[in-house]
Amino acid sequence: MRTLGEPVVDALEKLGFGFRFLMAVLWHSATALRRFSLVVREIYFTGVLSLLIIMVSGLFVGMVLGLQGYDTLQRFGASEALGVLVALSLLRELGPVVAGLLFASRAGSAITAEIGLMKATEQLAAMEMMAVNPVARVVAPRFWAGVISMPILAALFSAMGILGGYVVGVVLIGVDAGSFWAQMQAQVDLYNDIGNGLVKSVVFGVAVSIIAVFEGFDAPPTAEGVSGATTRTVVTSSLVILVLDFILTAFMFRGV
Amino acid sequence: MNRRVYDFWVGVFVMLGLASLAFLALRVSNVSNGGSKATYRVTAAFDNIGGLKARAPIKSAGVLVGRVAGISLDPVTYRAMVALDIEQGYHFSRDSSAEILTSGILGDQYIGVEPGADETMLKNGDRITLTSSAVVLEKLISQFMFSKAAENPAQPTTAP
Repeated sequence: MRTLGEPVVDALEKLGFGFRFLMAVLWHSATALRRFSLVVREIYFTGVLSLLIIMVSGLFVGMVLGLQGYDTLQRFGASEALGVLVALSLLRELGPVVAGLLFASRAGSAITAEIGLMKATEQLAAMEMMAVNPVARVVAPRFWAGVISMPILAALFSAMGILGGYVVGVVLIGVDAGSFWAQMQAQVDLYNDIGNGLVKSVVFGVAVSIIAVFEGFDAPPTAEGVSGATTRTVVTSSLVILVLDFILTAFMFRGV
Repeated sequence: MNRRVYDFWVGVFVMLGLASLAFLALRVSNVSNGGSKATYRVTAAFDNIGGLKARAPIKSAGVLVGRVAGISLDPVTYRAMVALDIEQGYHFSRDSSAEILTSGILGDQYIGVEPGADETMLKNGDRITLTSSAVVLEKLISQFMFSKAAENPAQPTTAP
């Protein structure tokens, strides 16, 4: 009974601490946002440095969608609907989710490792000694940088994916370009599809960022502890993204 | 790296994000043809609307003239009441007819408006009386099967 209960108690304890931590980050955000240059620097590390992987992945995901979608649609003589298929699957699901997963593994893990290492080398303790609050100085800028970068990256991912679908569908296979775009424009709704996709990516950004800074802040100050925390960031945030995606989809696209 | 380098790259990043959002909004979505044009509303009652949905297009001679605003079931006649928002620029006579059509085999259903010959035009709040329902494939098939069965009634098995 005890061996069974202990992990549950531990997990709940961690969740409680995590919630308290989130509140602390939000409380100290005002300081970080007032010194916006700190956030800009972190946007460079989380957002700009993730650009390459996001854009290349988006392009190739779109190209695969174009190939697979064409293969299936042309059996029903509906290959003009390729644009709709590529756009809707990217905007509603793949854009936010795959960009979120990539963001967690590229930027989230880096944030955790950085904060964990700062803790292990006692930089955070030194800050507290100098009456600088590490949550305001280190954690909050990284959190907000993640929240700001994620929707931009997801939008870029979707846009690159649609271009990839266009390259494969129209340029390589020869679907009519006019009907590719026209059917897409007829079916994709600005608020229902693009707006909800954007909301999803913001939610994923908040989730991944808070998990990443929390795991870094909570990491045992050893090499092993930091590496474990980095792994946990990727695993936890990937699972959280997929679960949240299911919940959000159930809310958003019911009956559309 | 100094602050100006970060600022530059973050600026590029934000510009890219805005550009891709603009691309998605203007090139991919319906914002360019969906615009908020002034419309007037008429209703039409159908026996069966098949798979018609709200926001489905209304076309006349293949040209988009409006969109379906809402669908409800009349509690008295048990017919489907469809509210049609037709753009102000298009006028149809009172005896126009509306039918539910399907674009292609896999396409969505839409409403086709066939203009009549009456002098007075439909205005806000009017009802289109001449309607024909959606073609329901199952009904068609069963009708076909029954008519086939009626054509050649069970042939007597001729014993050798």
